[in-house]
Amino acid sequence: MRDLFLIFLSAVLVNNFVLTYFLGICPFLGVSSSYEQAVGMGLAVTFVMSLASSICWIFYHLILVKFGLLILEYVVFILVIASLVQMVEMFIRKYSPSLYQSLGIYLPLITTNCAILGLVLFMVIRDYNFIQSVVFGFSSGLGFSLVLVMMAGIREELKFSDIPQALKGAGITLITAGILALAFMGFSGLISS
Amino acid sequence: MKKLFKKGLWENHPIFKQLLGMCPTLAVTTSAINGLSMGLAVIFVLNFSSGVVSLIRKFIPPQVRIAVYTIIIATFVTLADLFLKAFFPSISKALGPYVPLIVVNCIILGRAEAFASKNPPKLALLDSLGMSLGFLWGLVLLGSLRELLGAGTIFGVKVLGDFFEKWVVMVLPAGAFLVLGFLVGIMNYIERKRR
Repeated sequence: MRDLFLIFLSAVLVNNFVLTYFLGICPFLGVSSSYEQAVGMGLAVTFVMSLASSICWIFYHLILVKFGLLILEYVVFILVIASLVQMVEMFIRKYSPSLYQSLGIYLPLITTNCAILGLVLFMVIRDYNFIQSVVFGFSSGLGFSLVLVMMAGIREELKFSDIPQALKGAGITLITAGILALAFMGFSGLISS
Repeated sequence: MKKLFKKGLWENHPIFKQLLGMCPTLAVTTSAINGLSMGLAVIFVLNFSSGVVSLIRKFIPPQVRIAVYTIIIATFVTLADLFLKAFFPSISKALGPYVPLIVVNCIILGRAEAFASKNPPKLALLDSLGMSLGFLWGLVLLGSLRELLGAGTIFGVKVLGDFFEKWVVMVLPAGAFLVLGFLVGIMNYIERKRR
């Protein structure tokens, strides 16, 4: 139980995907300009991450390792993620049109979100068991959403501030992210390993 | 022709102008040498995948094109990863999961979709060469700056003397965002001055 809680805490705060591993920066910079979009994207990513970690675990341990096909690792992972996103999209469209309305446009974008593949690669490197992987996937998604929503809040304020012309847009967003990362460094004492 | 090649080097620079491929850009540039090796890996993957995509562009059914591109890219990334593991194990270790993450680097898929799938191999290669070289100098610049500020060295050679108080934060994640943010600002400033 304790190790699961540590994985949770580490993925949400200490080793946040966006701020320490730089995974999922593209949506982080692109979608974080409005609060509603950030919430939608965060939900979609959390959902896909929780599924991807469990399904890729099954593929990796029960097929790739068992039959010695490790050379196909990356090809298989990216295919699993792409088809998973596609299936989730079809499923949601059929069974919950209202959820599809709110998540719709973000789902296809997730395939090329490096956070998902990064999650699966970290899961393999750290040799998590099945339950640990699921917890890791869910909490990483939560951490991603947390930072995305925070950033959206800050950027809505930034619209009204006086920023040097050259830094407008990407420049100030990156610097803001840097300051946010500095703040998150404060969490690093939380887990001593 | 020359213009096409130059596009990626400055005008349409993948990092500073298009803000693509951010995860490797920020993650591996803790030192100049890491930036250089990531840049070389991307040169290999981007040029080969652009070439192959352009060669078979007429045979790919449009509905499954993204999946086909991804498989082509993943194949070359696997090659690059195995090569690094076999011949440069220390670099492979330093870059960690960011080598396989080249698969989802938006620059590569972006070039395949936006350019290589519509142009003959010669033009596609020219375009990808410009883009990947642009990516390389961006990574080396970012890596050198962070290494200089964070450790006082460039490519492991000591540049700043002992008087220099190292800004350790520059090699930490927060420093990556800060340095890149200011670099993007400086690039915008230069561009505006030139106009």
